[in-house]
Amino acid sequence: MQVNEYKPKIVAFCCNWCSYAGADLAGSNRLAYPAEVKVIRVPCSCRVNPMFILRAFQRGADGVILCGCHPGDCHYTSGNYYTRRRMALLFSMLEYLGIEKERTRVEWVSAAEGAKFAATMNDFVATVKSLGENKRLEDLRCKR
Amino acid sequence: MQKITREALIEKAAALLSEGKVDRVLGWKSGEFSYDVTPAIFNNVEEMQKDFVYGDFSGANFSKYLVKETKKDGKVLIFLKPCDTYSFNQLLTEHRFDREKVYAVGIPCDGMIDENKIKQAVGDGILSIVSESETVKVETLYDGVKELNRADVFSERCLNCKSKKHVAYDELIGEDGLVLDSNRFDEVAKLEKMTADERFAFWQNELSRCIRCNACRDICPACTCEKCVFDNPNSGVENKAAANSFEEKMFHIIRAFHVAGRCTDCGECSRVCPQHIPLHLLNRKFIKDINTFYGDYQAGAEVGSRAPLVNYTKEDIEPSEAVNRGDE
Repeated sequence: MQVNEYKPKIVAFCCNWCSYAGADLAGSNRLAYPAEVKVIRVPCSCRVNPMFILRAFQRGADGVILCGCHPGDCHYTSGNYYTRRRMALLFSMLEYLGIEKERTRVEWVSAAEGAKFAATMNDFVATVKSLGENKRLEDLRCKR
Repeated sequence: MQKITREALIEKAAALLSEGKVDRVLGWKSGEFSYDVTPAIFNNVEEMQKDFVYGDFSGANFSKYLVKETKKDGKVLIFLKPCDTYSFNQLLTEHRFDREKVYAVGIPCDGMIDENKIKQAVGDGILSIVSESETVKVETLYDGVKELNRADVFSERCLNCKSKKHVAYDELIGEDGLVLDSNRFDEVAKLEKMTADERFAFWQNELSRCIRCNACRDICPACTCEKCVFDNPNSGVENKAAANSFEEKMFHIIRAFHVAGRCTDCGECSRVCPQHIPLHLLNRKFIKDINTFYGDYQAGAEVGSRAPLVNYTKEDIEPSEAVNRGDE
C-alpha cells in the first residue's frame, strides 16, 4: 500500500524586481526547488502587509516566506527597509504567542542569486516539513 | 496629589461656557450604578449639574471622540487626564481632528479603579463605593460595608502608570506631575521567558474567550480608520468563531499591529474588554520590541514625531535576529 507523504503548503511572496527574477534564474539554470512552494509575485516586499501572512496561515499554509531585494537595493529605494521593521515586529509577536518561529522567514534574494533562491526554498521546505502541519495558526472557518 | 472634585470641573466648564469660549462639554455621565460611568456631551451647565461625574471610574479616554466632535460646529471642551494627553497628541500628529475646535483642560489623576476588582473582592450587590485617599469603602446589599485598600483595586494600567505629566493642554487645573518610571514591561518579560508551548497555552486560554464584540477596536484612540478590514463580510472572519479555539488570534495580532508605533499604551482596550482579556500585553509587546530594536519611543509624547514603523535606518535588526532571542 502506498503511504502518502506529507507535503507542506508553502507560500513565497517574491518581489518583482529581485526575488521573482531570482526564481526565474533558478529555473533557467535547471536548479531544482520543491513544487510545494507557491510563488506569489508582489511589486515590492513592502507590499506585503502582515495580514497577507496571517491570512495565508489562516487558510492553510504551513509556512510563509517573504523574499525581497537586499537592503539598499530596493527598486523603490526604501521599501524593503520598511518591510524589515514590520516583519521583525510581526515575527517577534508570533513567537510571543507561541507560534513556531521556523514557519516564517524573510530572505533577501537578488535577481542574480538563482542558486540562493533554490537553496533557500529547499531548506525552508525541509524545515517546515519537519515541523509538520500548521495547527496553531489555521482557522477552520477559512479552510475550504 | 490634590483631589479634583466634580464641582471644580463644573465651575470651570460654567465659566468657559458663559465666556463663550466653548459651546459644549465632553464629559463623564453617571450611569445606573456609581461605577458605570459613560461618556456624554453636555450642552449647558444645568445638564452638567444633573449628570456630570468625575471620580474613580472616569477612566474613559476622550481623545478619540474628538475625531467626530470636531467635525461639528462650535468648540468643544475636553477634560484630559495625563495619559489621555498622549492619545490627544498622537491623533493631532495624524491630523485626525481640528485643534482649533478644541479647548483642552488638563486635570490631574491619581489612578482609576477597576470595578471588576471590587466585584471580585466583595461579591454581588454593590450599593455604593466611596473612595478616600488610601482606602475604598464599599457598601453591599448582603455584607454591609467593606473596606478595601485603594492600591489593590486600581486598574491594571494605573498600577503601572507611565506618566502624571500632561503633554498637551490649553489650561491646567492643579499641578502637573512627572513622567514616571513604570514597570509596565515586567509582565511581558515574564511571558517572554516561558517556553513557546506555555505561551501558546496562555494566549489560547486568554484569546479563546474573545467574543469579537470589537469593543477594543472601537475604543482605541489609535484605531481611527473609517473603514476597517475586520468589517469585510467576505473575509470569513468578521464574526465570532463557532468553536472554542484560538481562532481570533489573527484579529488580535492585526489589531495590535495596526496600532504598533502609534499606541500610547493608554490601556483602554483592556478596560473595555467584557471578557477581561489582557489586551494591553499585546500592545506592550510591540512597544517593548520597538524600544529594544529601534530606540525608546513614546507615541504622543510630542506632536509631529515620526512613528518607528514609518521610519527606518540602514542598520536595523533583521527579522531572523529579532526572533532568535529569549527562550533558548
